Order: sequence, then C-alpha cells, then structure tokens
Amino acid sequence: MRVADRGGGGVIVLNGEQVELPHGVSLLATLQSIGITDESKGVAVAVDGEVVPRTHWEAYSLHDGARVEALTAMQGG
Amino acid sequence: MSALEQSQSIEDPLVIGGRTLGSRLISGTGGFASMELMAQALTASGSEIATVALRRIEMPKTGAGQRGSLVDVLARAGVEVLPNTAGCHTARDAVLTAKLAREAFGTDWVKLEVIGDEETLLPDAPELLAAAEELVDDGFVVLPYTTDDPVLARRLQDVGCAAVMPLGAPIGSGMGIRNPYNLTLIREAVSVPVVLDAGVGTASDAAIAMELGCDAVMVASAISRAADPVKMAQAMKAAVEAGRLARLAGRIPRRLYATASTPEEGLAQL
Repeated sequence: MRVADRGGGGVIVLNGEQVELPHGVSLLATLQSIGITDESKGVAVAVDGEVVPRTHWEAYSLHDGARVEALTAMQGG
Repeated sequence: MSALEQSQSIEDPLVIGGRTLGSRLISGTGGFASMELMAQALTASGSEIATVALRRIEMPKTGAGQRGSLVDVLARAGVEVLPNTAGCHTARDAVLTAKLAREAFGTDWVKLEVIGDEETLLPDAPELLAAAEELVDDGFVVLPYTTDDPVLARRLQDVGCAAVMPLGAPIGSGMGIRNPYNLTLIREAVSVPVVLDAGVGTASDAAIAMELGCDAVMVASAISRAADPVKMAQAMKAAVEAGRLARLAGRIPRRLYATASTPEEGLAQL
C-alpha cells in the first residue's frame, strides 16, 4: 500500500481517459471528482490491475501513469 | 432418472454452495428496454438472483451516470445480485473482475465467464478452468458458464465449482438445446447443480432443460428481448416448474410404433 504524499502528481489514466493530477492527491479525491465517495454503493476500483478496497481509498496516493478503473453494476448477462 | 430424484418433490428447493434458492429460474438483467420493465419482468419471473455485469462508471462529461440505480432497483425488486465476468477473455481478467465484484457488491458468488471467440461467445475452456480454480481457492462460490462438455463439467466440479452452467446454444442465439445428449451426460457426470445457461429462446426450451435433469435454468435475452418481456418471464417461470415436475414424474419411453392406451379386450366384433 502506497502512503499518501509519496505520489508526485502527474497524469493518470482514469477509465481510459487521461487526467492531470496535482501532487499528493489521494485516490479518494480523484474518485470524488467523478462523483464517487467511499459511501457509494456498488462501486469497485482497481489501480494497475489490483483491487483497492474502499477503506484504503483515502490513504492511497496515485503515482504518475497509474491506471485507474472505477467500475459499477451494469445490466448484463 | 436416479432413485434420489424419484424421492424428490416439486417443492424441494435448489441448493447451490450451501445456500437454498426457492426459484429454479435465474434471470439476466441485460437487454431490457428500460430499468422499470426489467424490474417488472424480474418480479414476474420469480427469480431470486439475477446476473449483473461490471463496467466503467461513466465519466461526468460523457453522460449522467445513474450510479447505483441498478443495484437499488434490484434490491427493491427483492432480487439478489449475481455478478458475472462477461466480456473477459483471459483467466487473469476474469479473476480480477470477480474480485472487483466482491468489493462492489459484497458477494463471493460469481458467474464465471471467460470468452474465447467473439463471433460465438463460446467459453475458452483452459482459461475458464484456470480462473475457476484460482477463484475457488480464494473462497469464491463459482458458477462457470461452460460448453456442453461432460468432461469439462467434471473438471470444473473437481476444482470446486459450486455448480456448472452448460450452454444449450450460443448466448443470445435463441436456438434452444442443440445437444440434449450432452446435457444428459453432464447430469450424470457431476453431482453439483447443473444450470442450463444460454440458448433458451422460448419457454419450451426451458422446460426441455428441466426435463433433461437440469436443476435450474438461466434466461436473459429470451425474456428481455421478447416482444412482451413480462409475459415471457411468466412463461419461463411456468416452464421451469412444468419441466421439473415432468422430470420428477418420469416420462414414458420413446417408441417407434404405437402402444394402445385403450385395452383390446372386450372389443365388439362388428
């Protein structure tokens, strides 16, 4: 688990779109920018192919180039 | 039909992974014209669980994402979420998707799909087996969508899958059960529940699956893309019950020639 403030900011890829981030922004703050909070139901997040549990979102600092996938339930199957 | 089945009754519930289900019809949530229609059809189907997929949350500028609304609608309809791994082509992607679904929905159940071909959406057997084994080891209750291959079904059971979900025909094809003999062999090959998945086009297909000894039927497109999904959901519910009753009742053998049901004795000599 990465510690907050170790990240140097830069550009991440959030659901396939490039997003610029200032230094030290947490995963939670990034998710909040697209309307997700750690109370949002039916949502899960992976960073660089690993699940990040919601209890860790606040402390998780995104590194430059991180690939974030924020997923939710869709009709299917 | 086994002696065990003969002693069963129509009321006996389905048990998967230690959990009792009252309905033997599992529904999909995809393909409905509206969320409201989906909710009505799910209620009419009597399904207790319905599959959902995991997809990217819509970014704010690309549209107003109705986050959580599907989960809310399912909860209001009294239907539990069965996450699937639809769209995954490798064991790695399917395993990660299952773990994300566990995080999102708080369930360790997963309908495992690993697709090997875009045109037919047929399962990729080696990847499916690898993903199933990894997920079982991680504590998941795994329900794998599989080809109608009795050997693969047994291998999936052997790695610990809670049920097997063989196809009757390709997903969304509505072609019915193309190889009833293989379903019969699968029923004999495994002791875990067999859930027919994919291929059902109309109610009689669901009834045939149950008559062949399947423990449950999964229906998605046949309901959601029917001209009247609510009516078709009712039809599927009735068909699953009828097929199950017929299986338990024990059908007569097929014969090439007639067997009179009226006695010859006492026939008038006219």
